[in-house]
Amino acid sequence: MSRDGIARTTLTEMSCVAPGDRLAAVMAGRANVIEMTRAAEDAVLCPRETGGWSHDLRAALAARIARQNGLSDLGTRYSAMIGDAAIADLADPGKDGAAQGLGAVCAFMDGVSVCPRDVTAADLAGLQAAGISDADIVRLCEISAFMAYQARVIAGLKLMQETVA
Amino acid sequence: MSDVIGKFTRNVPDWRPRVAPVRLDEATPAQLDALQVTPSNTKVSDYVLTLAHDVETLKVRSPLFNAIMYDSGGMSRAERELSALAASMVNRCIYCAAVHAARHAQLAKDTTVTDELFAKGEDADLSPRDRAIFDLAFALAKTPSEATPEQMQALRDAGLDDAEIFDLILSSALFGWANRLMHILGDPVRKGSA
Repeated sequence: MSRDGIARTTLTEMSCVAPGDRLAAVMAGRANVIEMTRAAEDAVLCPRETGGWSHDLRAALAARIARQNGLSDLGTRYSAMIGDAAIADLADPGKDGAAQGLGAVCAFMDGVSVCPRDVTAADLAGLQAAGISDADIVRLCEISAFMAYQARVIAGLKLMQETVA
Repeated sequence: MSDVIGKFTRNVPDWRPRVAPVRLDEATPAQLDALQVTPSNTKVSDYVLTLAHDVETLKVRSPLFNAIMYDSGGMSRAERELSALAASMVNRCIYCAAVHAARHAQLAKDTTVTDELFAKGEDADLSPRDRAIFDLAFALAKTPSEATPEQMQALRDAGLDDAEIFDLILSSALFGWANRLMHILGDPVRKGSA
């Protein structure tokens, strides 16, 4: 725990809020939320039961989503967690995943990340037709959904910090 | 399918999964634990049974959701609902929008705000404080965030303190999460047709 009463987590480290800052005290007021966000990150990125998606692939998708949210430093943090060089380039939103046989997965994840309102039942049916199990589809959605949340908390805190009088 | 609801409403629809939910009679001990199934409590929604496919995430998600939406202090519960609604409108999650518009109306004891938002969308006629909250929550829900320093200043001008603004960010961000489950994994359908 820092002297402001909040643990060092991805959220506290990437939000540009330093110990002693006015916003550090605000975050300490929701220390339970910060801690549960860390626990959720562990569950999404490093679960014991991975299903079809390895920890390395999850880190690559997290980095990809961070970059789609304009958070390059968060992308770098997750890219550093990728041990498997063969999938490292999936962290780049410009790569379509075809080289790894993950074209359908990347296309689906990009839709959910960038414009979820336009994702339809047909997109899910496409994943099912590609042989992806329902459990693995839910796992993909949780990766995207958690990352959407975390990226927005970081973006919001950065904006708060930039505009503190 | 004709029973899928496409327009925003405060009448909470049913939710029909697009993938097969976990079957309770086939659930693992870890799933039953996360679902909090006991002999006296065996009613679990299809939504939660769907999320039980990723049980480790489900187990941490529910308490986090409750803390962000219901813990004491900071921004009022009604205003957290407004923030959740703004994100749900960006992501066009009809189900989440219905639940949280209904809760806003209940907490605020007033349907004017949600009537306006569903009738006019972003152009709704809102009080300066609600307008500032809605605008930041709405902009933050885009990918990437379109929230601006001017919107942050508008919140401070409307009288929100830092703790309230942090709650606003958390509740909008949380629906970046919830919408990507509810809207992607199932359809909002007329009551009784799910």
